[in-house]
Amino acid sequence: MNKKKAKLSLETKHNLTGWAFLLPAAILIFVFCFYPMLQAIILSFSKKGTGGVSTFAGLANYSRILKDKTFQQCLFNTVFYFIIQVPVMLILALGLAQLLNNPKIKGKGIFRTLIFLPCATSLVSYSMIFKSLFATDGLVNNVISAIGLTPVDWFQNSWAARFVIIIALVWRWTGYNMVFYLAGLQNIDYSVYEASYIDGATPFQQFTRITIPLLRPTILLTAIMSTSGTLQLFDESVNLTAGGPGKSTMTLAHYIYNISFVETPKFNYAAALSVFILVSVAVLSAIQMKVGDKRD
Amino acid sequence: MTKFKTILSYIVLVLASFLSAFPLYYMFCGATNTSIDIVRGRLLPGTHLAENFRTLLSNQNLGLAMYNSFRNAIVITVVTLLVCSIAGYGFEIYHDKGKDILMSILLLAMMLPFVAIMIPLFKMFSSWKLVNTWIALALPSISTPFMIMLFRQAARSFPHDIIEAARLEGLSEIKIFFKMFIPVMKSTYGAAMTVTFMNAWNNYLWPTIILQDKNQLTMPMLVANLKSGYSVDYGMLMLGVLICTLPTAIIFLCLQKSFANGITGAVK
Repeated sequence: MNKKKAKLSLETKHNLTGWAFLLPAAILIFVFCFYPMLQAIILSFSKKGTGGVSTFAGLANYSRILKDKTFQQCLFNTVFYFIIQVPVMLILALGLAQLLNNPKIKGKGIFRTLIFLPCATSLVSYSMIFKSLFATDGLVNNVISAIGLTPVDWFQNSWAARFVIIIALVWRWTGYNMVFYLAGLQNIDYSVYEASYIDGATPFQQFTRITIPLLRPTILLTAIMSTSGTLQLFDESVNLTAGGPGKSTMTLAHYIYNISFVETPKFNYAAALSVFILVSVAVLSAIQMKVGDKRD
Repeated sequence: MTKFKTILSYIVLVLASFLSAFPLYYMFCGATNTSIDIVRGRLLPGTHLAENFRTLLSNQNLGLAMYNSFRNAIVITVVTLLVCSIAGYGFEIYHDKGKDILMSILLLAMMLPFVAIMIPLFKMFSSWKLVNTWIALALPSISTPFMIMLFRQAARSFPHDIIEAARLEGLSEIKIFFKMFIPVMKSTYGAAMTVTFMNAWNNYLWPTIILQDKNQLTMPMLVANLKSGYSVDYGMLMLGVLICTLPTAIIFLCLQKSFANGITGAVK
């Protein structure tokens, strides 16, 4: 045994050391991520037969999706959050990062800390804060009546409730994305901006011609993270609006959770819905990569 | 013109900071006032902190939830940092074609939504009889492609001369990692620690599924429990929210410098 070991060249030894270093992490991802994904796909194509034995069900679980009214409602809600919240948040984050990148601005540290602070709150906690702020007799309604407008029953009206979820999401995540942009902006020499200013570029032109192209990889990273995050929204739907009124703010993840763990378990159908989310995230990420990688 | 622009920038930044901080200030006020005062719209710190604390203690097992949350978050953070940093280091320092391919496969896991795998995961752990244990809670969150990538990126900036010199000194590969890499990469570890601890502490979906035993209560679950019932005691609720937020806020405030530096390294 010892003799064999001695024969191993230095390169082979380093190669094996590398594998040994990365193996635990890789195995964990395979066992707790890829393998369950495979299981979910298998589950989605089967049904529970007599005696708990699974049998092949073909596309039955998938065709059921098409007829499911609740699913359509949840899909609409999730897509709505995605379309409104992700662009609003990313543009806000970019704009704030751009402002904080200006060397003339003083007190950057304080601004950055304050804007990032919402990220330190847990999803459940900030859901509670917003629930109380937007309660019928809450602060927001007090302010609204103080300036002479009619208070809104935020959680009884579908659109108002969706609006609260979007506001809450933007509040929680803008600072997080801003930190990524700030980090990206630090790699751009500020003299580029000064030179373009001398050449007569407007701030808007600087933003679209310098900031966005140079930050493209970072924007891509944040867009993919936010897409995946929004399609998986769960805590806010459960704790802020409880999916209500009715099911008008319920997200897909909340629905999957309900049909798997709250109602009589329908694991196979839930798995089909999960695969649907997986495919959506993959397709959207692929589109974003395609757009994000485009070279001018 | 420039002066006007600077003033405008300040106005926007002050407004954004105010909007970001206000709900947290509101939480702080809520924790120190009575439920009635909060509903009436009192926006000043009050004197009912102790009273709210007593109500919270009589309603929920705060000590247990704190203990569980700290235990889970600390275990997950320590193991995650160890497993992912050594993997990132391995991927970069000893990289070859096979490892690069494996890395891009692992990155695919970043796109897998957790909701898509939670049912099979739950079935897996229940067949291993591990439901209601913190091992089942921790295992799926230890290794993440994001963390591996963060450390791989950091290892890229680690000078190879140091490794060569250490090898000549006769240090083993694992010792080079522990004695050379870890001390140099403090800010990356700071960033990774902040993110991992926050995620572990704040996680709600997986704990609600895998920890159904009352003895495994975590802080976010405790906060979620506070809203149930007919009348909500807002003072108690806000105090619960505040206590749940403090640990992550403190960690972030202490490590924010290394957090920003660590993320900068990853974005480069």
